[in-house]
Amino acid sequence: MGSQYAKAVVDGVLTGGVYALMAAGLTLIFGVMDIINIAQGIMVVLGAYLSYSLAVHAGLDPFLTLVVTIPALFLLGVAVEWLFMRRIPEQERTSMSILVTYAVAIVIEGVLTEVYGVDYVQLHASYVDRSVHLLGFYLPYIYLYGFALAVVLLGLIYAGLYLTRFGQALRAALQDRRAAELVGIDVDFVRTITFGVGIAVTAAGGMVFGATNSFNPNSGYDLISRLLTIVVLGGLGSISGALVAALFMLVLEDVVAVAWSPTWSTFVFFAVLVIVLTIRPVGLFGRAATRAQ
Amino acid sequence: MNVIARLTGIAIVVAGFVAFPLVFSNPTTTSIAFFTLVFMVAATAWNVFSGLSGYIALGHAVFFGSGAYVLAITAEKWHVAAGWSAFELVPLAGLVAGLIAIPFGFVALRTRRHTFVVITIAIFFIFQLLAFNLSITGGSSGLQTPTPLWTAVGYNQRFYYVVLAILVLTVAFAWFVRRSRFGLQLLAIRDDEERALGLGVRTRRVKLTAFVLSAVPTGMVGAVWAYFLGQIFPQFAFDPLFDVTVALMAFFGGLGTIVGPLLGALVLEALQQEFTLRFSAGSVYLVVYGALFLAVVLLLPRGVVPSLASLVRRARWAR
Repeated sequence: MGSQYAKAVVDGVLTGGVYALMAAGLTLIFGVMDIINIAQGIMVVLGAYLSYSLAVHAGLDPFLTLVVTIPALFLLGVAVEWLFMRRIPEQERTSMSILVTYAVAIVIEGVLTEVYGVDYVQLHASYVDRSVHLLGFYLPYIYLYGFALAVVLLGLIYAGLYLTRFGQALRAALQDRRAAELVGIDVDFVRTITFGVGIAVTAAGGMVFGATNSFNPNSGYDLISRLLTIVVLGGLGSISGALVAALFMLVLEDVVAVAWSPTWSTFVFFAVLVIVLTIRPVGLFGRAATRAQ
Repeated sequence: MNVIARLTGIAIVVAGFVAFPLVFSNPTTTSIAFFTLVFMVAATAWNVFSGLSGYIALGHAVFFGSGAYVLAITAEKWHVAAGWSAFELVPLAGLVAGLIAIPFGFVALRTRRHTFVVITIAIFFIFQLLAFNLSITGGSSGLQTPTPLWTAVGYNQRFYYVVLAILVLTVAFAWFVRRSRFGLQLLAIRDDEERALGLGVRTRRVKLTAFVLSAVPTGMVGAVWAYFLGQIFPQFAFDPLFDVTVALMAFFGGLGTIVGPLLGALVLEALQQEFTLRFSAGSVYLVVYGALFLAVVLLLPRGVVPSLASLVRRARWAR
């Protein structure tokens, strides 16, 4: 019985890492642009389908498909930002961006349904179905590889934010747009690239998601509601908050699934958000923590 | 425009809506008209809260679905006969939706604008999960509603007129709110909440009241919708697409206006029904729908009605 819970915790941490990566993109976009990207969920599904097509038709290894899908989704992000996001008037940005990104999500969902239909598919590779016996648990290789990938990419994001000049500009834009412009930072450029990067992580997240779950074009709704819950709990705009919240929520969900039932674990997921926001309207890691980072 | 011209215009439009199912009595057409009216009510009701206050709610399917389930459950428990008597449950459905909106709004409105959106989505998913898993809702096999023995033509016409009556009341209510002190307080919240609070607007109470009021018509049409279809399932009664559809409709026509949501629902819902009939797969309409909305954002960034109105005004000035 005890090992069952330990297994749930380990599973939760491993899947939580991947969710943390996807949520980091979402919260980064919000932090810099005040935009809630509702399309993040369907873009994960899009990334999964792209990897799926490349794996099936070109025979590529799922991890190798990322060489194509990460740049592809980066460009999609840049295009969406350039076409729509920068045209939204400043003072209505948050509310309008929700509707616009929702419309983008609907278009992508429609296209995916046209191309792939609504049947569930899953990415396959030799290591998807095999497990390794580690510390007394049987862990599927794909969970370990996916977690490792998420850690590497999150490390790259952190390095990009704190060790590069662009990261410095981004953090400046995140703290104060006007001041950043005054010291000569091209904030529009920073925003476009940020949006691209925030979307690009969904390629990696989508590949792992598609290998660990069966999915169809409808899976975007479930994903985005989870990701939004995570970023709000972590405090919108805070990457570290999103990481902690992702791990916490996914572990909680897996533990509840063992203790109670998988159906109610999803319920608990959203109920926690409602309870936390009733007590602390700014989320677990409030705005102050957000800006200081 | 003077009052008489305006009243005449309204009378002509209402007469057109009343005459529509008599002229086009084909059941396929009238069923499209029925669904269109349902969304005209829902978009107008949504607009009373979100359009005026600027808080984008993406959880109104909670009220729609709850209304639907209230009708289905009460009709079964109280053995309500199929026919006109089942329509008497519709106000009850609106009342229950309003009651649900009180704690929902109380929790959600404690947060700021962007968090508010997310929490409405979360609460929506809680309700959908409950509908899937509680025994009273029949789980994923759904519930049946009574089936009245009316002819195809008469069936659609009766439902059409019931929703039309709800629509007239809802629009009158929205117009009244828009013109009232209460409506001005909502607009003040939209423009600058801090300042509105400083000027003595009880922002919390005003927002919550508007939220609850906008839930009532949504629940009522949810109930009529359930009765019309004859059976309901959790994924259709609590549909995430409903949440965004009403928002897109209101925005498409023009947030915060009276005509905007009506026009948006009229165009978009009729379009969707038409597409669903032609391409049974139903995914083409998603693309068209989203693309149309994005085009409006690019070309008429404030929605069709306000943008056109300002274009007309500019043309007049130019002359």
